[in-house]
Amino acid sequence: MTEPIIRFRDVSKAFPRANGGGGRGRGGDLLAVERLSFEVAPAEIVAVLGKTGCGKSTMFNLIAGLIEPTSGEVTVSGHNPFRDFEFFRGKIGIVFQNDRLMPWRSALDNVLLGLQILDAEPKHAQAVARGWLERLGLSGHESDYPHALSGGMRQRVSIARAFAVEPQLLLCDEPFSALDEMTARDLRAEFVRLVRQNGKTAVFITHQINEAMEIGDRVLVCHRPARIAFEARMDEAARDSGRQQIRDKIMDILAVEAPAVQ
Amino acid sequence: MMDSARTTRFLQATASMVAIAGAWQVASTFFPPYLFPPVPDIVTRTLGIVFSWPLLSEVLITALRIFAGLAGAFVLGCVMALAIGRSPRIESYVTPVLGFLQGIPALSWVVIAIIWFHGIEFRIFFIMVLTTLPAFTFQILDAFRSMSKDLFEMTMSFRPRRWTLFRVLIVPTIVPGILTAWKVNLGNAARVVVVAELVGATGGVGYELLRQQQLFDMAGAIAWTLQLVLFVLIVQQTISTIESWALRYRAASERAM
Repeated sequence: MTEPIIRFRDVSKAFPRANGGGGRGRGGDLLAVERLSFEVAPAEIVAVLGKTGCGKSTMFNLIAGLIEPTSGEVTVSGHNPFRDFEFFRGKIGIVFQNDRLMPWRSALDNVLLGLQILDAEPKHAQAVARGWLERLGLSGHESDYPHALSGGMRQRVSIARAFAVEPQLLLCDEPFSALDEMTARDLRAEFVRLVRQNGKTAVFITHQINEAMEIGDRVLVCHRPARIAFEARMDEAARDSGRQQIRDKIMDILAVEAPAVQ
Repeated sequence: MMDSARTTRFLQATASMVAIAGAWQVASTFFPPYLFPPVPDIVTRTLGIVFSWPLLSEVLITALRIFAGLAGAFVLGCVMALAIGRSPRIESYVTPVLGFLQGIPALSWVVIAIIWFHGIEFRIFFIMVLTTLPAFTFQILDAFRSMSKDLFEMTMSFRPRRWTLFRVLIVPTIVPGILTAWKVNLGNAARVVVVAELVGATGGVGYELLRQQQLFDMAGAIAWTLQLVLFVLIVQQTISTIESWALRYRAASERAM
């Protein structure tokens, strides 16, 4: 069996509450992820599905190395993403929920950002960035500042920025949730095509059942606090014409879930 | 559209200045020249300074003192703001000191500098730095703290080295704050340098103002004051031009407002 790219072993993450609930003590902490274990294989696209506030983004931040688990172990390519800062230079590409473009950089310069951070040779970096803008249908908009671009175009630039550094792993945190359905559908198809074409591993976080089933090779349904309540392989589902059953099952799980913790 | 709005603003500003000059000219017909000298006299004295190298050099000396003091305070302010921004411990020690310094009047610094130091230039530099340092530090710190958490996380996802993070994120984030700080402190510095020169120097606009006061020469006093005002306006316009260029990415959204 191939070595997994991402491995969660019994991972929990608690945040101290800002007020009330007994302060920083264990009893007063907000548990966002509880004893979560799962693996993601190379070149696999995993969609993580769950209601808003169920801890999906915390799981995402743990993989990205932006936060550290309270207990348990997270490894990406066998390394700790929070502590092995240097190892992950250029290995993880992230597409966030909002585009997070730097307003003072043009579309081209935004795509160049990661390449500049990785000290890529300027001419090569320019060619790569232009190539990605072209692939994402943004030729002619290289010099435009983010404020001059539509929401869909901005998100395309952020996808180009993530792909441009040739990361092994792509993390996407509900990247199309703020877009209209038509634009989101086009970008979803584009995203999956690019991931498959480039043999990337991707974790795609979403709260939309259709999106998860459309994108993922595997769908993980999360319960609050983020632990896996259901898992489905979509290739098997497609072969067995079981998509509707999976959809019904997911809807049942999400329907019985307790209301969000305020 | 923009040009016509700019022209209107220019005409409005000119009209108010002409109105003040007119009122002054009217007053000069009722009061003696040592109180309200005629406007043509003031204009002649002002141009006399501009076209006389020995007199103009006094203005340039003052300008250099302002720049030197502001540059010193800016460099120190940047270092302190970044140190405070990075360490809550440093903040808890340094911020009260800066708050204390902010409460000391410029004139007190002049007296202290005269007692402490012999060299005129160092005295003035010391006064300029101490009076503008807190404002520079707090303004740059504010700009540093207003850095978007989203952009910080996004940039960190590429795992930049410290210097690269500074170059690609921190500098562009604090540039608007730096430009504002320069604009605000320039006005303060122009006021402080005159006081410093008036009491503790043997040259510069402040010293010339002291001479005009001793001669009871109102036209001269206003002519020298106008030199400083013109200098501040020219530098402020230069900073505004740099600001328009550096913040050109904002232009459309600001116009939309």
